[in-house]
Amino acid sequence: MRLFKKITGSNLFYNFLRDPMAIGSATVLLFLIVASFGAPIFAPHNPYDQTTIDIMDAELPPIWTGAADADSRFLLGTDPQGRDMLSTMLYGMRVSVLIGVGAVVLQSLIGIIIGLIAGYKGGRMEALLMRLADVQLSFSTYMVAIFISAVFQGIFGMGVYSDYALGLLILVIGFAEWPQYARTVRASVMAEKNKEYVEAARVIGLPQRRIMFRHILPNTMTPVLVISTVQVANAIMSEAALSFIGLGMPPSQPSLGSLIKSGFDYIASGSWWISLFPGIALVVLILSINLLGDWLRDYLNPKLYKD
Amino acid sequence: MQKQEPLLSVRELSVAFKMRDCVLTAVDGVSFDLDRSQRLGLVGESGAGKSVTGFALLNLVSRPGYISGGHVFFEGRDLATVSEEEMRNIRGNRISMIFQDPMMTLNPVLTIGQQMIETLKAHRHISQHEAEKLALSKLQKVAIPSPEKRLTQYPHEFSGGMRQRIVIAIALLTSPSLIIADEPTTALDVTIQADIMELLLNLCEEEEMALLLITHDLAVVSQVAERIAVMYAGRIAELGSTEAIVNAPQHPYTQGLLKALPQKVERRKRLNQIPGSMPSLQERPPGCAFYDRCELRGEICHREIPRLEEKNGGLVACHMVKTVAGKEKK
Repeated sequence: MRLFKKITGSNLFYNFLRDPMAIGSATVLLFLIVASFGAPIFAPHNPYDQTTIDIMDAELPPIWTGAADADSRFLLGTDPQGRDMLSTMLYGMRVSVLIGVGAVVLQSLIGIIIGLIAGYKGGRMEALLMRLADVQLSFSTYMVAIFISAVFQGIFGMGVYSDYALGLLILVIGFAEWPQYARTVRASVMAEKNKEYVEAARVIGLPQRRIMFRHILPNTMTPVLVISTVQVANAIMSEAALSFIGLGMPPSQPSLGSLIKSGFDYIASGSWWISLFPGIALVVLILSINLLGDWLRDYLNPKLYKD
Repeated sequence: MQKQEPLLSVRELSVAFKMRDCVLTAVDGVSFDLDRSQRLGLVGESGAGKSVTGFALLNLVSRPGYISGGHVFFEGRDLATVSEEEMRNIRGNRISMIFQDPMMTLNPVLTIGQQMIETLKAHRHISQHEAEKLALSKLQKVAIPSPEKRLTQYPHEFSGGMRQRIVIAIALLTSPSLIIADEPTTALDVTIQADIMELLLNLCEEEEMALLLITHDLAVVSQVAERIAVMYAGRIAELGSTEAIVNAPQHPYTQGLLKALPQKVERRKRLNQIPGSMPSLQERPPGCAFYDRCELRGEICHREIPRLEEKNGGLVACHMVKTVAGKEKK
């Protein structure tokens, strides 16, 4: 109850209530997340349950198109394997969000620790860590991800890959993007470490690790918070892109990206809904995250106050 | 132990800064003693090396600076030979430091209570409850009203004077034997300055702590300290009892400083000043650093750096101050 009061009484909340864009995007995002994580409850079908899928239902159009073969069971039609589009999308969005958030947690964990050490210690340690980050950044995310996924699929085969795809994608995307965090955190740490409260903490006789993690780190969290929103969106996009070229989530547990891909082969034959609906869902998801991130950045940066 | 050895004994302490193409000496052979529960004022203008000396005592000169020579003996131990682990236990535990700007020295994202308890836990095994009790008692000592409530507040919820009180309370937590106060009142407004100074003075007496007061304000230091060391260009120019320094300064620099105090001048007259400014680190002369501004300068001053010697009952570093007969044994 106290926590609730603290949140509703905060400036953040006040500012939030006065920004229609923020409210709008937060509502949409909340709706999407609740719908996707509540998919087992809300979804009319379970796309993971092989027994309920009938290949004869494949590629049925959405009911409201009025087409002759539209089936009242499938609101948005079915995909090439006869799964209900709406249910598959909900489950798929859950996979996408999981990968996005998971990858960002991993990125930030690696990046924050490395950035903190580099910024605080300085000297050779900093040079080494930041060059490492530069090297990592000079490989594009997709290149690293494609490479690792392809090698993994090649060695262990598609079957094993399907089992570990979720974890592997989190790992690959998370690892490819840590330098973003390392750089941001390092820059803030360098600004913070010369402030007197750090000097005071040293004078008090606190151990270095404690100064770094308890005194400096919380003071560098603002920019981290802001890039995190953008990075979640980026990670979801990366996953979608990888899935689109067939190196992401397997068709048996599709993400939004793999759904778009599976529909892509049928667009020419008139089955537009298989790609279109997951595409719209992806765009709305990314857009709402980014808009929320923009608002957060504006809120946390007093220099950008709008008139 | 029978013969009281000084709490803090600084011998020929030098601090240098390594620049790209030269080494600059900011503190050059500073020596002084500080006895238990004694108060020493370290006075000097900006860049004289006061604060660097303070940090050097705690072995906390930050790069590119380093201690280039000399020794610091604290409670009989040479701090140069002490391990980093032990040094950390001395910092904040036996020696506390108070800084100029209390807004900057408190971490903005931690509550006062968190910061106080953290200090305690860094130095002794103490339960949360006991730590809180001790923190409360210290807050009461520095006259913070309703300390229970204050413990859960953040630094921005306090006024400047209150913040400095809290910083002092944090410094007191571990009952140190020495407090180094680096310009503790400079960032505060004048009415509060006096309060804080008095508080610091009373606490030092009550808790039997020694105080090293670093300041540029002769008026403040003469009220608080028992002895004063005047620093100029990295060296001690004059060291003596407060009374001697204020009433009978020997070094021309000290004399100039005292003449510049407003209360010494008749109304409606321009304040006295010492012409020129302190030579910067890059252009220290071969002889006395005060040479260019000195009224008494002689030929020897240009060639030779004066050593800190006992003259007329005080320590002075000046070639031109002559020992007056009869005043010698005092």
